[in-house]
Amino acid sequence: MAYELPPRFAEYNEARQKGFLTVKKVKEDGGRVAGIFCTFTPLEILDAAGFLSVSLCGMSGETIPAAEAHLPRNLCPLIKSSYGFALTDKCPYTYFSDLIVGETTCDGKKKMYELLGRLKPVYTLHLPQGLDGCALENWTAELRRFIAFLEERFGVSVTDKALREAARARNQERRARMALMETMRAVPPPASGLSLYRTLEGSGFLFDQDQRTAGLDRLREELLAAYAAGERPVSAASRRILVTGCPIGGVLEKTVGVIEASGGAVVCFENCSGIKAACQMVDEQAEDILSAIAARYLEIGCAVLSPNRRRREHLKKLIEEFHVDGVVEVDLQSCATYGVETYEIQALLRELGVPYMALETDYGQGDCGQLSTRLGAFIERL
Amino acid sequence: MKTKYCIGIDIGSTCAKTVVLSQDKSVLLQLLQPTGWSSVDTAEDIRRRLESAGFPIEGGAAVATGYGRVSVPYADKCVTEITCHGRGACHIYGADQLTVIDIGGQDTKIIRIENGAVSDFLMNDKCSAGTGRFLEIMANTLAVRPEELCSMAAEGGGVSISSMCTVFAESEVISLIGRGEKRENIAFAVVDSIVKKVSSQAGRMAGGQGAVCLTGGLCGYPYLRQSLSDALGCEVRTAEDGRYAGAMGAALSALALEKQQSAEK
Ligand code: SF4
Ligand code: SF4
Repeated sequence: MAYELPPRFAEYNEARQKGFLTVKKVKEDGGRVAGIFCTFTPLEILDAAGFLSVSLCGMSGETIPAAEAHLPRNLCPLIKSSYGFALTDKCPYTYFSDLIVGETTCDGKKKMYELLGRLKPVYTLHLPQGLDGCALENWTAELRRFIAFLEERFGVSVTDKALREAARARNQERRARMALMETMRAVPPPASGLSLYRTLEGSGFLFDQDQRTAGLDRLREELLAAYAAGERPVSAASRRILVTGCPIGGVLEKTVGVIEASGGAVVCFENCSGIKAACQMVDEQAEDILSAIAARYLEIGCAVLSPNRRRREHLKKLIEEFHVDGVVEVDLQSCATYGVETYEIQALLRELGVPYMALETDYGQGDCGQLSTRLGAFIERL
Repeated sequence: MKTKYCIGIDIGSTCAKTVVLSQDKSVLLQLLQPTGWSSVDTAEDIRRRLESAGFPIEGGAAVATGYGRVSVPYADKCVTEITCHGRGACHIYGADQLTVIDIGGQDTKIIRIENGAVSDFLMNDKCSAGTGRFLEIMANTLAVRPEELCSMAAEGGGVSISSMCTVFAESEVISLIGRGEKRENIAFAVVDSIVKKVSSQAGRMAGGQGAVCLTGGLCGYPYLRQSLSDALGCEVRTAEDGRYAGAMGAALSALALEKQQSAEK
């Protein structure tokens, strides 16, 4: 089957054009692409249905002005950016998605999905608001409905065997991610946080599951070998920072970059691309594999759940394991869920005696000076 | 060779402050000048002034702070204004438990000091409400100087500005002028708005021990100090050298740097 490129294709820069051509090729070879936005998306189901999952999370301010023609200005930049990419046909993955899968997470996102549904085929999974009561049954039933939808709409069949297979492969990848991140427990760490984050993020755009896992393993081995040979890319005098909060792909330079340029080293990412969504495994032996998959996703300690006790438990543990000197919470502007939680996180860290700073930022460059003063002062006091 | 003095340079958004300290921490020189358009030019001007006052840069360790800190090519180190204001205030007020309120040209900082070190701080986000800039703009609108506005405010009352945004607050002031409101009352409303904003920020850091003191350019305004004290329910202290706190802290950092370097040798 032949696929059309977007009308403005010729105006795009080389990297973007390359991205489009790669995904086009995948599609022409018979691949199906599912666009996802969140760590709650049950990847095993998409794997078992033969979809390639790719994150459409908007990480640049470039498309925000376009998005603001439809969305309010005081909305989280991640939501606006993601929507903007769909609106302007600038993201190859969004453009070529056969299906976009969303979840009822925060209000901004779920309402955005409604509008996105006017531009693209969107399926929104109803994620429970919390863990109590019938959350697990409801979520399992929701996943079952999703499978039925996929089977009917795309003429595929999602078998338990395929789900179990997918769970095994995804678990393996998660273990590889965890093992790579855990190398940062060493004092000093074997890599800068910035480079580690980029690797983790980049691996999500490799389509082959085995290649992805093997790539992570290889990188870990390389890091450990270099470290054993005496390479120390990060100074032992650096203050060890844990970053928590919202997804930070769009603000990496002005937060993690600045921390690491001011005498800090980010040794642990507790947020979406980091440990928060990699540390839980699906019980591969479970009798009911779908319910085991559902249970695994409900273990993610995200602020969109109410209450969200897991995040605090995690933080406590990670601070110890990674020998953390200070915690920086990076929140995106107008993110109510994380914004409200800062109060409890602050109280927890006070109790633990670990210095904590929360900052709110967006995808613009206007607050760079302020951020570098605040982060610099925070590290100076550690 | 052991140097005899240390230099602290604080390039703020409106004013640049320089302090030269001797080894025993006594003040040898203080300089104050407007930052102007270019902090690079200001830094160069400071270098020349220091030289002609007999304190050439080569003769002492120098630390730069303030938002223009990166524009001081001859500084041995840059330290953020938060750490410097904290350190400087401890020295000026002779205390090691303090809450420092620094109302600067571009931002307002609340800094908690415990045992002589910064333990927590807050900074206003991307907004000029409650800063020196806010005061300056309102003073301009009323065609007076900021210090005059503050003394006028002491004579006024009964009016308030509801808007936190500087642009909207300015149009409120303009319409108050248009309505024929007394200038003293408008000045009162302006100071009141700053005090409310600053004290609500400071309130978020309440619970600390020790005195509350004001540093930065506005600490020479008695009425502001008084209304801030009233709003916070405790005495806010000021000192003559309060506006040099950042530069003082930078000079103290230079002193520490110098000691550390000679220890390493
Ligand atoms: S922060 Fe929570 S809701 Fe947002 S992408 Fe991450 S897991 Fe999903
Ligand atoms: S960062 Fe916050 S507001 Fe933005 S999408 Fe995630 S939960 Fe929603």
